[in-house]
Amino acid sequence: MSKQPILEINNLHAGVENKKILKGFSLTINAGEVHALMGLNGSGKSTLAAILAGREGYDVTEGSVKYFGKDLLELDPEERAREGVFLAFQYPVEIPGVNSTYFLKAALNEIRKHKGQSELDAIEFLALVKDKIKVLELNEDLLKRSVNEGFSGGEKKRAEIFQMAVLEPKLAILDETDSGLDIDALKIVSSGVNKLKRPDSAQLVITHYQRLLNYIIPDFVHVMADGRIVKSGGKELALELEANGYDGILKQL
Amino acid sequence: MSTATDTIESLVKQEYKYGFVTDVESESTPPGLSEETIRFISAKKNEPTWLTDWRIKAFRYWQTMKEPTWQFVKYPKIDFQAISYFSQPKPKGDAPKSLDEVDPKLLETYEKLGIPLRERGRLAGVAVDAIFDSVSVGTTYREELAKKGIIFCSFSEAVHNHPDLVKKYLGSVVPYTDNYYAALNSAVFTDGSFCYIPKGVRCPMELSTYFRINAAKSGQFERTLIVADDGASVSYLEGCTAPMRDENQLHAAVVELVALDNAEIKYSTVQNWYPGDENGVGGIYNFVTKRGICKGKNSRITWTQVETGSAITWKYPSCILLGDGSKGEFYSVAVVNNMQQADTGTKMIHIGKNTKSTIVSKGISAGRGQNSYRGLVEIRKSAANARNFSQCDSMLIGAKCGAHTFPYIEVKNTSSSVEHEASTSKIGEDQIFYCNQRGLETQDAVNMIVNGFCKEVFKELPMEFAVEAQKLLGVSLEGSVG
Repeated sequence: MSKQPILEINNLHAGVENKKILKGFSLTINAGEVHALMGLNGSGKSTLAAILAGREGYDVTEGSVKYFGKDLLELDPEERAREGVFLAFQYPVEIPGVNSTYFLKAALNEIRKHKGQSELDAIEFLALVKDKIKVLELNEDLLKRSVNEGFSGGEKKRAEIFQMAVLEPKLAILDETDSGLDIDALKIVSSGVNKLKRPDSAQLVITHYQRLLNYIIPDFVHVMADGRIVKSGGKELALELEANGYDGILKQL
Repeated sequence: MSTATDTIESLVKQEYKYGFVTDVESESTPPGLSEETIRFISAKKNEPTWLTDWRIKAFRYWQTMKEPTWQFVKYPKIDFQAISYFSQPKPKGDAPKSLDEVDPKLLETYEKLGIPLRERGRLAGVAVDAIFDSVSVGTTYREELAKKGIIFCSFSEAVHNHPDLVKKYLGSVVPYTDNYYAALNSAVFTDGSFCYIPKGVRCPMELSTYFRINAAKSGQFERTLIVADDGASVSYLEGCTAPMRDENQLHAAVVELVALDNAEIKYSTVQNWYPGDENGVGGIYNFVTKRGICKGKNSRITWTQVETGSAITWKYPSCILLGDGSKGEFYSVAVVNNMQQADTGTKMIHIGKNTKSTIVSKGISAGRGQNSYRGLVEIRKSAANARNFSQCDSMLIGAKCGAHTFPYIEVKNTSSSVEHEASTSKIGEDQIFYCNQRGLETQDAVNMIVNGFCKEVFKELPMEFAVEAQKLLGVSLEGSVG
């Protein structure tokens, strides 16, 4: 039985201004799968995440991206979000004065409205939040503060995963979520991600280091270099990378 | 798909919601300003001689003054002879004795503005004095307030019914010699609100004045005087709107606050005069002098303002901290969009010992708007252990607007401390994208970010006003990105 594809990227070429960054990137992600995308800095990992989420300033010159069979690139960023695309940011921005809970409630209700569901009121939302907080071992105080304001690096990343837990995306893209995390934070974030794994959704975990994959077990590992995937495999590829480094893998090619 | 540059540059004008004109016959003086005009106004209001004389003195002084040019705003020279200085809805027979006799069209106007004056629909917990062009239309809840000894009425009535109080305090905080527009106002002011809270009384409800300019080619020159006697406290709200007209109209008001020993006055403004269109045609010139004196020990005056309207806003609600241990506070949000200009801030003059002042100013610039914060913190030699904290933040939306800060600090003793913090931020494309990525539309994201930016000021506003202010901010910035 073939699985349902959530994301199909085919021969994607894209860049900024005159600089080409993605050069024929292809990847298919099916429901229930966790994919790890690894590569050196500058290989195009974060550009891919940005293009999938709809950040402005990138030109797609060739190729296609299908999301549940629809052209993803046609949609505005907020439409993609409402359709279930979630990006956990590498550098989450601070929004001073905007309460985290208020922000997340507004976001969730936009998504619910889009799905034709009724909006949650403050009480229903708080009940939901309390539930999710337990799963992620998040400090409740963070929710009383402004969005990411004054959060430590680890708190920001945990808050991103918390948002992901509340918004329940179909496709979660984690952009270097492990960067800047100490080992305890890494464990908490990873266990959160593992708990959020569902058969009808998928995760794309972008990382530079193998260490995150000690905690998040991917179904597939892809190594990216110069704008495209150069090698794909199972979780053993990550271990090979750990042993031989990127040089070792690239030399084999 | 929208792009960042598109979003931030496409400016669409939001209709000004309060731009309608009330079709009511009005009685106006012909345009022009002379001693006769002033005597006419004074006679029309049946004023005592001392007040007429005061007006004439102010006018003569004004004639010797030059229009100031130091402010960071640009506008064509005002022709003071082209303005009508008095306009009132034509009375049908005698002056109305109660609201039942007021022209229903006027009452309708205020209903449309969300300020019902009739007994039935009145705002709970808020007493309103409604000023239409040059005159007060009616004041609600006055009997109830009178039971506590609180006087809340139009300025004209106060002149007749409480002449001693008016005589004692009129011009005591803003003398007619103070500045060009204060002198002009003193000469030609037509009405306004008067409020006196007696010793030890806490005013049980919010007092409010709602200003409406309706007549064309007229100016509005009103005067507000609030006196809180020993241990008294009051919270006062002021709201303003005007019809959409192509010409610029002048609003030059004076507000004086007097707080005696242990008294507290909280003065909140939501200013939404017509701002002109996106090309800068029309709109109100809002040139206002607002000042309070903390005359008594441990008294406190708080100014909170949300300035979203007017083609030009030029005002500095200030505090003279004379009484030992007195406190002055200024919380401000000023928004400019399209071609609007604002030069606003405060003056905190510390004279008494252990006086404290707090300044929190949030300036938001969008479109081609120019927003300046100008503030003075003056600590005199006598003001031992005075403290000031100032925070001035500016936010820019788009690339064609401007934010400017002109802080002045003068400290004349060694026991005082002054802190000043300032920041300028651009509404980040990163912030907007972050919100978009969570499912929020760009306009909602901007509203959310801006409201967050202004939170420290909004929390100082009375509840109902805070809600209105947030909505207003949304409307003012609608189309600034999107």
